[in-house]
Amino acid sequence: MVELVWLIPALPLIGFVVLLLAGKLLGEPRAGWIATTAAGASFLVTLMVFVGLLGRDSHSGGRSYELILFDWLPSGSLQVEAGFLVDPLSVTMALFVTGVGALIHLYSVGYMHGDPKYSKFFLYLNLFLFSMLMLVFGNNLVVTFLGWEGVGACSYLLISFWHHRDSAATAGKKAFVTNRVGDWGFLVATFAIWSALGTVTYTEIASSPAMTAATGTAVSLLLFVAAAGKSAQLPLYVWLPDAMEGPTPVSAMVHAATMVTSGVYLLVRMNNVLTDDALIVIAVVGAATALFAALCAVAQHDIKKVLAYSTISQLGFMFLAIGSGAYVAAIFHVITHAFFKALLFLGSGSVIHGMGDEQDMRKMGALRLAMPITGATFIVGWLAIAGVPPFSGFWSKDEILLAAWEQENIGPLLWVIGLITALLTAYYMSRQVILVFFGDQRWDEDAHPHESSWTMTTPLCVLAGAAIVGGAINLPLVKDWLVLEHFLEPIFNDPHHFSSGTTTKVALAVISVCAALAGISLAVLSWLTRRISTDRLEPDFLENAMYVDSTYARVVDGIGTSSFQGAADIDERFVDGTVNTVGKLTMRLGQLIRPAQSGYIRNYAVGVALGALVIVAFLTWGLLL
Amino acid sequence: MEITTGWYLVLGALLFIIGGTGLLIRRNPLVMLMCVELMLNGVNLSFVAFSRTLNDIGGQTVVFFVLVVAAAEVVVGLGLVVAILRRQPGATADDLSLLKG
Repeated sequence: MVELVWLIPALPLIGFVVLLLAGKLLGEPRAGWIATTAAGASFLVTLMVFVGLLGRDSHSGGRSYELILFDWLPSGSLQVEAGFLVDPLSVTMALFVTGVGALIHLYSVGYMHGDPKYSKFFLYLNLFLFSMLMLVFGNNLVVTFLGWEGVGACSYLLISFWHHRDSAATAGKKAFVTNRVGDWGFLVATFAIWSALGTVTYTEIASSPAMTAATGTAVSLLLFVAAAGKSAQLPLYVWLPDAMEGPTPVSAMVHAATMVTSGVYLLVRMNNVLTDDALIVIAVVGAATALFAALCAVAQHDIKKVLAYSTISQLGFMFLAIGSGAYVAAIFHVITHAFFKALLFLGSGSVIHGMGDEQDMRKMGALRLAMPITGATFIVGWLAIAGVPPFSGFWSKDEILLAAWEQENIGPLLWVIGLITALLTAYYMSRQVILVFFGDQRWDEDAHPHESSWTMTTPLCVLAGAAIVGGAINLPLVKDWLVLEHFLEPIFNDPHHFSSGTTTKVALAVISVCAALAGISLAVLSWLTRRISTDRLEPDFLENAMYVDSTYARVVDGIGTSSFQGAADIDERFVDGTVNTVGKLTMRLGQLIRPAQSGYIRNYAVGVALGALVIVAFLTWGLLL
Repeated sequence: MEITTGWYLVLGALLFIIGGTGLLIRRNPLVMLMCVELMLNGVNLSFVAFSRTLNDIGGQTVVFFVLVVAAAEVVVGLGLVVAILRRQPGATADDLSLLKG
């Protein structure tokens, strides 16, 4: 059944083409249902491929299947095929991309109700899903890059979906431009890998001999630049908070659950070329990002901004895991995060929808009574992300903290940063839940918050279920229960194993649970029972994200603009100058010989006569000689 | 006095020069076309004269070709002249200097 893999991206592509040709004609809600059907069918095919893969022998490369469609770029010694690679990693990614994606399509059917560009929204969503699946299933770096650019373009289109709003149009541009920096890293890394190994195909890269230390580290860091751009790590994270200008399902799917994890996917896919030096950089940047974004999330008032910074922070956790060598823990967290963050975003969308497009948490409160399903599912998501056992987030976060603890050089430091971040995560998420769903009612009576339609609550319930039990795919208690780890094992040349004893593991888990509970209690004391004054809990410094964004803006505006202007001047004077001088000289020469063309036939006739005379004279001279 | 080949050649040359001079100094397009005909016939005469002298039929064959080409040229030339004079009655060759650089 693995041969069906081509259908997985083909189905959303068909949906895209249908909507492109007849989207306006189909209108609401049929356009939405077609897109949802395409995404759902894609999920079903992924399940079939998954079952087919499970039926294969897990040893000696049995679970790696390549489907080559055609020769894409046959140019000399660079041969690029358009092909798909089915292995445990790509199937794991595809399962939650299509699964969560289908749920978000379903949710959008209700959420986008009444939007004038209804069919176009689903067209973009299907195109996004197609690109994401190309990224995941591509059997070489170039096909992945195609998907990589595709999701970038779709992200741009979807962030600025309501482009009549200035802020949305600007946010879309910002995301696109920031991502270009990452794309640069991807391209140069691809070039370097090809020149060092002579191949861009994943299976061949994995079996190639190691590159020299310097090349390997350079390639690893370039890949990390690519991943940092797409996955919003320091210092390239600035686009993600602004990306919340897009419709909420987009925030859930593109900017929380799927696209932003493609950086993690890329690094895990290339795990065989990452060097130890680069891993330390990745771990440090990941930990710094996690802490930084968690601090920023503490002081946000916009319901979606909190979740945006929380996403950056959780992505930091994933990179911390990769940097510690625990790739499985990173993928595990990608999956659980996809469940609970999609859930939280869709829940916040439901709240925004019910409140009539109000996003300020200061104008909410006590909404659990008006929106029982949204409230209950949001609370599940909160417990999951806060790391309360037995919800899914606890298991994956705990594994990352353990991996950080075991990191060889600066392990305990990374662990402490991770722990503080976990505490902050529990705190700001509790603050959000309290501000939105508990406490006093701070909205006007005429706001009339109401529960959303079934197309929106169904995905919430499904995702809540997944957020509760999602941790079961990799329980650390018994060795046989490490399902995900055993499943992913074939993709690593050198699988990572935890070395700590049971006592350490249990102690670390207990400490992280205590941190989560401490964060929750702190939030309850300050925001619910108001025992702690909240006056100084939202400093401007954190609300403005430590002024990083405005500093970037100032630098680009000041030094940036003047240096760009300088480059433009050089271009005008030297490059254009040379070209223009050549042009002017040619014109002068033309002016000189212009009178020869008088337009009078008699002058031309004289020319002909003189020419004939010259020929005659020449011939006569020849005869005389 | 015997009329030798030289006479014919001189006559041909004279016709050619009259035609050429006319072409250069006249401004009426119709007259200029006639001058071209004169030049062609001057050359034709020379061809026939040489053909007789050298006893070679080739010269006379060429004349036929020249006549055919001249006829075709006159068709095109007169067509152009008629078209031009319709647009600009009384136009001279100097008025038609649209290709001035």
